[in-house]
Amino acid sequence: MTSLALAPRRIGTGLVDEVAVSMEAVGKVYGSGAERVVAVEGVDLEVHRGDFLCLVGASGCGKSTLLSMIAGLDRPTRGRIEVAEGRPALMFQEPALLPWLTVADNVALPLRLQKVARNTRHARVAELLRLVHLEGFARKRPHELSGGMRQRVALARALAQTTRLLLMDEPFAALDAITRDVLHEDIARIHVATGVTVVFVTHNVREAVRLADRVVMLSSRPGRVVAAWDVEIPRPRRMDSPEVATLSACVTDRLRDEIRRHGHR
Amino acid sequence: MAIAELRNNSVEAGLDALALPVGGRRRRRRRILRVVVPKLVAAACLLGVWQLAVSLHVSADYVLPSPGDVWQTFIDQARAGNISEAVWTSLRHGFEGYVLAVLIGTPLGLLIARVRMVRYAIGSAVAALQSLPSVTWVPVGIIWFGLSQTTILFVVIMGAFPSIAGGLVSAVDNIPPLLLRVGAALGAHGVARYRHIVLPAALPGYVAGLKQAWSFSWRSLMAAEIITTGPSLGLGLGQLLDQGRVQVDMRLMLMAILVILAVGVLVDALIFAPLDRTVRRRRGLDVA
Repeated sequence: MTSLALAPRRIGTGLVDEVAVSMEAVGKVYGSGAERVVAVEGVDLEVHRGDFLCLVGASGCGKSTLLSMIAGLDRPTRGRIEVAEGRPALMFQEPALLPWLTVADNVALPLRLQKVARNTRHARVAELLRLVHLEGFARKRPHELSGGMRQRVALARALAQTTRLLLMDEPFAALDAITRDVLHEDIARIHVATGVTVVFVTHNVREAVRLADRVVMLSSRPGRVVAAWDVEIPRPRRMDSPEVATLSACVTDRLRDEIRRHGHR
Repeated sequence: MAIAELRNNSVEAGLDALALPVGGRRRRRRRILRVVVPKLVAAACLLGVWQLAVSLHVSADYVLPSPGDVWQTFIDQARAGNISEAVWTSLRHGFEGYVLAVLIGTPLGLLIARVRMVRYAIGSAVAALQSLPSVTWVPVGIIWFGLSQTTILFVVIMGAFPSIAGGLVSAVDNIPPLLLRVGAALGAHGVARYRHIVLPAALPGYVAGLKQAWSFSWRSLMAAEIITTGPSLGLGLGQLLDQGRVQVDMRLMLMAILVILAVGVLVDALIFAPLDRTVRRRRGLDVA
């Protein structure tokens, strides 16, 4: 059973040693023969406990495949993935809430599946809804909420599963700019408050720099780790701050090089 | 930090408030009026045309009795206790057959939907049964089970279970793959997967099947009752109609038809339509 421990987070120190996820020479091949596609190849990556890691890359770089494999929904064809934090929680681009359940019941579902007792469940759901600022919406149904609110319910549901490792697959890509900004502040705040480890996939470089402790870039077809940056910009950060803009420009340049490479083949 | 946090909260609260729908619900009474009045007008027109045809002596009285005569027959039959007996007998038979059809159709539909071999083996056969008029089972049932209640139940079941199974199959087929994926990600496996994801996701389609199956079982019941009459079978609405045929009493026949129609419509309007509406409204699906 999990509880919402308010683990203190080290900010700006290099003292990270506990490994939450480790990947060794991970590869993923789909199909065979002429239709054989190498989605991911030779990925070595470590995610430290409490880290916020963003995976960026152009489309077709196997970001989502990598995330699915960490989540255990997909198996690597080569290499090894170790997740030290138990079953991770996964968030998609769509909120994927169950339309027949209320907001509170959606958040409670993972707890019910883990057979958490009713009283504990109620308390924990209330706590999680407060965390995503939706305490007044417990009895609403998903179709009554905006896209941003639904995604916050999905975040609360993911956190109900675990407060240790959260995998996010372009969770804010379908939202408008202001809503996305607000959700960035929410996830940054929750990351600090809960000490959860986050692996966040995005094609939006600025978003990655805005949120991450570390940005890792994957090449496309096959997906390989080609570059990584430690983001040492102090928090709270803003999407439009000069520091974020400078590092984003640097990452974007590298990404353009990577994409250009494909045009020359 | 505190000020930034506060500002974020209020922006978020503003966005959330904007997301809520504006305006209240339409007044219920007005809605009921708008729905009911056209129906009453249509019924009145129909009655008017009928009365007009009778007044113009289009055909003899015993071929086309007047609405007033049919109403008088209804009063007489009701006084004699025949109406309540017939409605009760038919509803009981219909309900028994329907429940059995649900008990057969539901697991069958699930099996066809989830087990590939079962789908290949009997999926298309069940789909074909949906288009087979259930009255074809009446002579078969009479040979197998005689002039008995079993025959009536058999015909009702054969009429209703394909709709239930078919409705469930298409409901399960139409579950968005994302919901199944999220179920797996949340840790719903085995029985829990069905209990928390597959069955609730399939519910609107399943309810649509239940609704259709009711009208099929009511139709099948009438076909069965009209053909299988006998002292041991009691007096159902179909038997009442057949009595009218035997006595060459058109008033009784028309009255029986109108009662059959009314009961079918009432059960649908009082049970299945509200069920269907509730399920759909809860999920934010369009409610016409």
